[in-house]
Amino acid sequence: MLELNNLHVAIGGNEILKGIDLKINAGEVHAIMGPNGSGKSTLASVLAGREEYEVTSGEVLFQGENLLELDAETRAREGLFLAFQYPVEIPGVGNTYFLRTALNAVREHRGQAPLDAMDFLQLVKEKADVVKLDPSLLKRAVNEGFSGGEKKRNEIFHMAVLEPKLAILDETDSGLDIDALRIVSEGVNSLRDSERSFIVITHYQRLLDHIIPDFVHVLKDGRIVESGGRELALELEARGYDWLDSKAAVETAR
Amino acid sequence: MQIGPPGRQVALSPSPQLPLSLLNAEISIQEPGNDPTSSLVLLGARPLSGNEVHMTDSTTTLEEFANREYEHGFVTDVEQETFPPGLNEDVVRAISAKKNEPDWLTQWRLKAFRHWQTMEEPSWPKVHYEPIDYQAISYFAAPKKLLDSLDEVDPEILTTYKKLGIPLDEQKALAGVAVDAVFDSVSVATTYKDKLAEKGIIFCSFSEAVQDHPELIKKHLGSVVPHTDNFFAALNSAVFSDGSFVYIPKGVRCPMELSTYFRINASNTGQFERTLIVADEDAQVSYLEGCTAPQRDENQLHAAVVELVALDRANIKYSTVQNWYPGDKETGKGGIFNFVTKRGVCGEKSKISWTQVETGSAITWKYPSVILKGDKSIGEFYSVALTAGRQQADTGTKMVHLGKDTSSTIISKGISAGKGQNSYRGLVKVTKSADNARNFSQCDSMLIGSQCGAHTFPYIEVRNPTAQVEHEATTSKIGEDQIFYCNQRGLSTEDAVTMIVNGFCKEVFKELPMEFAVEAQKLLGVSLEGSVG
Repeated sequence: MLELNNLHVAIGGNEILKGIDLKINAGEVHAIMGPNGSGKSTLASVLAGREEYEVTSGEVLFQGENLLELDAETRAREGLFLAFQYPVEIPGVGNTYFLRTALNAVREHRGQAPLDAMDFLQLVKEKADVVKLDPSLLKRAVNEGFSGGEKKRNEIFHMAVLEPKLAILDETDSGLDIDALRIVSEGVNSLRDSERSFIVITHYQRLLDHIIPDFVHVLKDGRIVESGGRELALELEARGYDWLDSKAAVETAR
Repeated sequence: MQIGPPGRQVALSPSPQLPLSLLNAEISIQEPGNDPTSSLVLLGARPLSGNEVHMTDSTTTLEEFANREYEHGFVTDVEQETFPPGLNEDVVRAISAKKNEPDWLTQWRLKAFRHWQTMEEPSWPKVHYEPIDYQAISYFAAPKKLLDSLDEVDPEILTTYKKLGIPLDEQKALAGVAVDAVFDSVSVATTYKDKLAEKGIIFCSFSEAVQDHPELIKKHLGSVVPHTDNFFAALNSAVFSDGSFVYIPKGVRCPMELSTYFRINASNTGQFERTLIVADEDAQVSYLEGCTAPQRDENQLHAAVVELVALDRANIKYSTVQNWYPGDKETGKGGIFNFVTKRGVCGEKSKISWTQVETGSAITWKYPSVILKGDKSIGEFYSVALTAGRQQADTGTKMVHLGKDTSSTIISKGISAGKGQNSYRGLVKVTKSADNARNFSQCDSMLIGSQCGAHTFPYIEVRNPTAQVEHEATTSKIGEDQIFYCNQRGLSTEDAVTMIVNGFCKEVFKELPMEFAVEAQKLLGVSLEGSVG
């Protein structure tokens, strides 16, 4: 599904990612954890195609294609989805209208006919149920005046409608209370299947109680310093990120 | 200068004790009074006059959007009868004679012409253009023969209208729109006159009205915009060629939207429209005006006057979509100069609502206004003004509160792209007699690209302590974050921009009659929001 080989990324001359190797197969859920400033969100942005980041070396293959050659909208149409850490407000543009335009752009790319209004409405109702989205949010402008939790839920709703092949959740748990966290997680879990992969970026292990990852990676100072199974997240929760420093120091000393 | 992130207002705390020094000389607030009920609330006041907001970020793709070609630039080959360039009393008389006008109207034109000669062209608008040589303009052009029915209309003209998407045929009945099309200066076709006549409604060209309903013309012409009003109104009064006249009798609700499409076709011909709409007591009418013009190399002057008379409890809704040739993208050459005076006067409990979508013209100078004379009358102004390329717009409204319990609403959306300069200039005036007057104004500006400018000049004059006046303003820039968010959902940048602009203008578009709203959104390059959502 996705393969990163020695990816180096800089912004404004500062190197943020310093050689990332990562392989994600179809159906896998990978959690990426790490302290503030470790490069987690940069990784999400680069994969989604944000232009201000400069890839200085390395490659990214998405379904065998060179992802870095594609512009952001083509990546989206190819099935890459980013749930934003800070979803953007678009005043005056109806949430449903926005999503229908987006879905039809994706469908057109896949050579499918656009969904008509009735079919789309049906789809929207189904998917809104899945993430327990308040139906009034469908009629409002995209994210405008939404609470933090509503915005995050709306992101998962977009994901449910667009049915991506690879979904990147960038700190989707931040700002969510326990109930919202559970609902968002259930939404994500309902979309898990053998064809769809997820990258879950988070600070906290608590999200991973709900979305059980297949792999956990720790990103620190632009490098993946540790990879493991779910138990790694628990260990991090118990011992903190500094534990990895001392562990690395011990290894270096050997 | 403060620019909030998109959608966020830069707010000063709303307080009647707002330090006026924060504002500037462009706002004059007189006699606000010490009465505690008096309040002047300025919400989100942003730097006001002289506030040139020049963005510095570069967004090439957005500029491409702003640089689209004008689609309606073609010239119809029709034989014209045109006066030689120049203006003097003989020309004024000749125009009047050509139209077989009664002597009082000839004299009225001459009076206006003499007054015009004493006036100076206004220099206060924030627009720049080469001086106009009024002697180099021809003041009359007409297709050679006058026609009785559509069948006789020059096929070429009809083809032109078709290219513009103006359905000037009976099919329009299905859409419920009667069309009085003005081709250059003379009305060439009027439909549905008979159907309207059944209800006693008069909808005809101004020239016809002069012949057939002289008493109504004599009573109302110049009653809202006197011939002395301003430089361009005086010029129009002297040389106006044609336009539309509407009269809705007492208690009649006009059963269809009345619509006029204006075009300027002849080279070097100024177009001087004169429109008069009278809604008698308890009458209602919705009037649509739309404009496109073919491409020309030389600037074309347009100085129109529109007068609206809403008698007691009458309701007039006047909507405009204006898409005249804006001039060359790089040089600004060849665009239309649009200097328009539009004003309505309200009787008791009556309502006048202006909605305008201004996307064309090299220069727009236009302030559709309402004189709230009758008690409990209502004035509204909804505006979208887009300036791209080298376009300049100085537009806004005047709401003059004379009657008691009068209220007015101003919603202005300015969009600047390319090297466009967009100014909102509005006056809210509450006179001593206007007890309990209320006004709400909202002026929002959106910037696309790095070389455009947005300016706001709100004037507020309050002479009655019971008045309540609110002014809100925002400036936003289409953000990279918004574009990227749309891109990430699979939308192209172009679609994202049109969608965001459409959303920005939504409050105004929803005031337009449906089919006009469609055209307006097309003009902004925006697809119609679907039936879902």
